[in-house]
Amino acid sequence: MLGNALREAIRSLGRNALRSFLTVLGIVIGVGAVIAMVTLGRGATQAVSDQISSLGSNIVFLRPSRGFGPGQNVVPFKVEDALAIAREVPGVAWSTPVSLRTLTVVAGNQSWSTTVVGAGEGYLEARRWEIVKGRGFTPSELRAGVASCIVGQTVARELFGSEDPIGQRMRVDKFSCEIIGLLDAKGQSAMGTDQDDIVIIPLRTYQRRISGTTDVDSIQLSLADGIDNERVLADIRLVLRERRHLSANMEDNFRLIDSKEIERTLTSTTRMLTVLLGAVAGISLLVGGIGIMNIMLVSVTERTREIGIRLAIGARAADVMLQFLVEAVVLALLGGAIGITLALVFSLVAAQKLGFPFSPDYGIVLIAALFSGAIGIVFGFFPARRAARLDPIEALRHE
Amino acid sequence: MNGPQREGAPSTRAPLIRLRGVERVYGQGDARVVALGGIDLDVWPGEFVALMGPSGSGKSTTMNILGCLDTPTRGSYRLGDVEVTELDNDGRALLRRHTLGFVFQGFHLLPRVTAQENVELPLVYQGVPAHERRLRAREALAQVGLSGREHHVPSELSGGQQQRVAIARAIVAQPKVLLADEPTGNLDSARSHEIMALITRFNRERHLTIVMVTHEPDIAAYAQRVVHFRDGHVERIDGAGEAA
Repeated sequence: MLGNALREAIRSLGRNALRSFLTVLGIVIGVGAVIAMVTLGRGATQAVSDQISSLGSNIVFLRPSRGFGPGQNVVPFKVEDALAIAREVPGVAWSTPVSLRTLTVVAGNQSWSTTVVGAGEGYLEARRWEIVKGRGFTPSELRAGVASCIVGQTVARELFGSEDPIGQRMRVDKFSCEIIGLLDAKGQSAMGTDQDDIVIIPLRTYQRRISGTTDVDSIQLSLADGIDNERVLADIRLVLRERRHLSANMEDNFRLIDSKEIERTLTSTTRMLTVLLGAVAGISLLVGGIGIMNIMLVSVTERTREIGIRLAIGARAADVMLQFLVEAVVLALLGGAIGITLALVFSLVAAQKLGFPFSPDYGIVLIAALFSGAIGIVFGFFPARRAARLDPIEALRHE
Repeated sequence: MNGPQREGAPSTRAPLIRLRGVERVYGQGDARVVALGGIDLDVWPGEFVALMGPSGSGKSTTMNILGCLDTPTRGSYRLGDVEVTELDNDGRALLRRHTLGFVFQGFHLLPRVTAQENVELPLVYQGVPAHERRLRAREALAQVGLSGREHHVPSELSGGQQQRVAIARAIVAQPKVLLADEPTGNLDSARSHEIMALITRFNRERHLTIVMVTHEPDIAAYAQRVVHFRDGHVERIDGAGEAA
């Protein structure tokens, strides 16, 4: 019985192919929007978390002010703060002071504006960054503040092209240094900046030659894997409060930013977008459902005589109801299928263009398909019931 | 009456259709219309009965009640050993499905499906498997002389052919009663007599019980008994083959 109803529904919809297609457009758009959004959203989230994990695992940044902007009475960090955290807080794998500034670097007749980082011991380790050519700084070089530097892929390419940068000399601001190492490529950061556009020099060198103070812009921490982040962060805060002489009633004059928090912020943004677009999709599904109801009512009226014939031949009200419900469900499922197909194709293309991974959630695809079927049932119910309640004598007389 | 006795059935002397005091009233109060004012009628197994009368005389209402498309306001309708007035909608639908076959004046075929599929339709509702359905529909079409026309849609067939398809559809599920509502009303005289010959053959060869509404005396003459209606009552019954 169901098989027959299905076959008849498909034939009847096929006879009015254009009308059927226009009817399901609302469902196509609704389902398509949901699938495209979820697929792209997942790709974006995945891209972001890939980038965050490329920062290094479980990274915490410390900044010496509450907010981000200037104009506050900033108590700067010192190298000693980073060492104290490493010494006093268990669970901190690396604690490295970092200062940075955007400067012009020159080699031969090429110049390039880049981020120059003054890094303490453990910077590369904390960021899980490998040197692919040459070597890193030795502890004694870091202590002595030698005029050596390590360059990122972008800087090496801009200054030396295809030439080997190792052993070359390069001017950083006002002093000259020798390139001893080349960093592995890391690509774009979560914020869209080029992480390979970087020159790393010992912090001691940075303080002497560039900033002229013993202050440190920030401290980067890498936490050990599998520890209780909340507790370690609380411990770090206590150590810093004590070192910065804050009494119990004073607010923190520094800020801890951990990569998990960044991730949480980004995912909650994505989630909000998802909810918003979901609402839009919901409305178009509603409109699509009403479209189906409308066309099914038209269909019931057009086929009144047919319904009469079927009733006379021995169809029960339930058989007629089933026939029209199946037709509505097939119509809605058709819309869902078209929507899903279009959305997946669109997402695939968009993901490639935007550089996201293409990661469709087949669970959501299944739910969308079931949901469009449910729309068929809900909005097909009223027309189907109207068909089922027709009086056979009246229906047979209908012209 | 003169129908030969049926094999098997233990109650061959009982009427197949038995109406007692059947009334049908439409509307209420001032708008009250009495379509049937209490009629009694027996139709015996294998009998061919024609219902005649001017329009508004109650013959169509009787036909609708016999076809389980309408229910009496009062009275009793027994079909076989079932009291139809006690059935709900689904029960009546199942009687139509298994026991009754319909032929209408306007043919009433589904317009966009083939003759074959039209004939299969009652079997679809009986849940007959597709393969058997096809065979039985072909056989029924052969019996009405339409072999080779299985895949024509109604608009490709003449009126007489369409009515043959309708007859094939009515008999394919092997009903006990064939109800024909002015089956020749839309056909010319030659076609009418062909259709009547076909119906009479089913009556004679299969002992199919037939109730037919008509207003043409020469068509009614094919029946063994003619029931004349007037003003919602049975006026008289002419027996054994001769029309009035």
